[in-house]
Amino acid sequence: MLQLSFSNGRSKTRRAASGPATLVDLKAGEQGILESLDTAEDVARRLMELGFVPGSVVTAARSAPGGDPRVYRVDGSEIALRKETAACVKLKRPSKP
Amino acid sequence: MSGCSQSQPDVRQTAPESGARGSPVHHTIAIVGPPNSGKSTLFNRLTGLRQKVANYPGVTVEQRVGRVRLASNRELDLIDLPGVYSLDPRSEDERVTRDVLTGSMSGVPRPDAVILILDSTNLARHLVLAAPVLSLGLPTLVVLNMADALRNRGGEVDTASLARQLGTPVTLVSAATGEGIEPVLEFLTGQFGVPAPVELPVIQDIPKCRQWAANVGSAAAYRAPAPPVWTHRLDSVFLHPVAGPAVFAVVVVAVFQTIFVGARPLMDGVEWAVAWLAELTGTLLPESAIRSLLVEGVLGGVGSVLVFLPQILLLFLFIGVLEDSGYLARAALIADRSMARVGLQGKSFIPLLSAYACAVPAIMATRTIESKRDRIATILIAPFMTCSARLPVYTLVIAAFIPERSLLGPLVGTRAGALLGLYLLGFLAAVATAWMLRSSVLKSERTPFVLEMPPYRRPTLTSLGLRLLDRSKIFLRRAGTVILGAAVLLWVLAHLPLAQGVAPAIEDSLAGTAGRTLEPLIEPLGFNWKIGIGLISSLAAREVIVGTLGTIYGMENGASTQGLQAALQQDLTPGGAVALLVFFAFAMQCISTIAVVRRETAGWKWPLIQFAYMGALAYAGAFAANRIVQAWLA
Repeated sequence: MLQLSFSNGRSKTRRAASGPATLVDLKAGEQGILESLDTAEDVARRLMELGFVPGSVVTAARSAPGGDPRVYRVDGSEIALRKETAACVKLKRPSKP
Repeated sequence: MSGCSQSQPDVRQTAPESGARGSPVHHTIAIVGPPNSGKSTLFNRLTGLRQKVANYPGVTVEQRVGRVRLASNRELDLIDLPGVYSLDPRSEDERVTRDVLTGSMSGVPRPDAVILILDSTNLARHLVLAAPVLSLGLPTLVVLNMADALRNRGGEVDTASLARQLGTPVTLVSAATGEGIEPVLEFLTGQFGVPAPVELPVIQDIPKCRQWAANVGSAAAYRAPAPPVWTHRLDSVFLHPVAGPAVFAVVVVAVFQTIFVGARPLMDGVEWAVAWLAELTGTLLPESAIRSLLVEGVLGGVGSVLVFLPQILLLFLFIGVLEDSGYLARAALIADRSMARVGLQGKSFIPLLSAYACAVPAIMATRTIESKRDRIATILIAPFMTCSARLPVYTLVIAAFIPERSLLGPLVGTRAGALLGLYLLGFLAAVATAWMLRSSVLKSERTPFVLEMPPYRRPTLTSLGLRLLDRSKIFLRRAGTVILGAAVLLWVLAHLPLAQGVAPAIEDSLAGTAGRTLEPLIEPLGFNWKIGIGLISSLAAREVIVGTLGTIYGMENGASTQGLQAALQQDLTPGGAVALLVFFAFAMQCISTIAVVRRETAGWKWPLIQFAYMGALAYAGAFAANRIVQAWLA
């Protein structure tokens, strides 16, 4: 079912030390495993239809000049998201390297 | 709902083959598929020139229906549904698709069968749409498109196995090259079998659907193709932090050059042809009201709009190449940041650029914007861009009132500066309007900006040709109806009431009376009744005012510009002249644009709001301009 979690703006700073917390934190070429979509249900459904389903592997690719919006590779396709949307896509914290 | 549902065909029935001899049953088949699956390419390949484009009642979604002639003289209708990722009715496209497929769209028969087209290079994702489509229980053919790309990039799929799992026939094609198209034609001719019942996931549960799609794919030995190497290579240039914007700038300049320089000879050709026709009609017919109506009314009015056809076609050719090649998505990505500042998005950029040629194709080009809110906003501001119909008016007034002096070195004189200023004025009005819309009328709707980057593809001539044909038909139909009507009406207004069987001088005609009636209203702008007549006539197309003023000031035979300039200098104050320029920069003086906005927004609400808003802005702007110039000269 829909995995919607509710969080406040603290997550980013809290997780900065332990790896990328959302898609925005990925560097170009870096991968992450999607954990949840922290956004309104209709937006979440649209993103899931495009391949941003919990558990999928997302790779950050090129971006527009200035870094926003950015293209993400997911499930064989390339989708560009604005920062505000990408920040709602939370990633699994990597297990200790 | 929980667990799994099944598609439920009651009996394995087949559609009736044909009725009485000579009246074959007319089937309707719908093509459905996600965006970028090559749906329209397949549709074009199957129907060719035999297609009609209209809007579904009450919505802005385009309804494309084509007719396929099969062997044995049978025909069937093919409906090209909008590209959708699901049948969840969240967007207008999805609602229309679902309504047509379930037979609840009024005026559209429920399809007898469905062609579900999916991108075979992206099967894991596209197969998700099979679940809701198969659960409709309609006879379905699953077409896996882009067979050539799948093969070239080393992917494969066992279609027979996939067919067994989906309970319905599956075929691999390349709609662009025509490879493997025969089974599709066979499906159209054949008897439609209802899909065999198979286990389908609960379609509301997207993760489950994707899991199902992945399982079906791997059971059908689907091997995803290698990433598109060429797309990545091209993107490393087109989305390069430095080279990307440079290429983008080159494309923008090329579009401008094409519509202003490249279209010139063709536009001259159209002008020449219309003039030739007018002369021919003039020599063939005796001096009469009919001749005057045909030459001045019909040819004059329609011809002045027809002259934009080359520009519009070139523009659509350009947009077509950009869109079909995949570059349009990259351009939208690059432009998004700047467009977002005024509350628009990257996909609004190309339509707004097109509006510098003509707002009509620009508004038609907004169809690539999925978000309805962004689309309406783009439509509302497009007519502020300085279209080429404003240029003859600008040139005339600037030449008559602004002395040519050096402004910025030898290259930019005062006249060029004034023209640039008018371009800037329109642009600023557009930006301000977009910003206002974002923070007021169109605020509520929230859709995430999502832009799919399709792999680069070579555009096909067929697809480009059909698109051009389609757009010219829409434009010509408008020129043949709305604009013809307006032109005839204006002619009648200018030639009635008859005085002893003779048309009156223009100041005594109905148009003249209207101009005089209008005079108190436009007097504060520095306009007299002659300009009033010009303003009324320019509703047909902005530059018609030049011809009308020519007639009013008694310049028979094509309104010699020198004479007209002199007449204007006599009759218009400098304040009124600047006010006229400002008025034309803002006002929505264009029946074609009003008609196309009504069509694209499916109603009179937006065109009326737009006309009133732009008119009010034009009036206020012209009033202010007149006062400022007066005060400045005093």
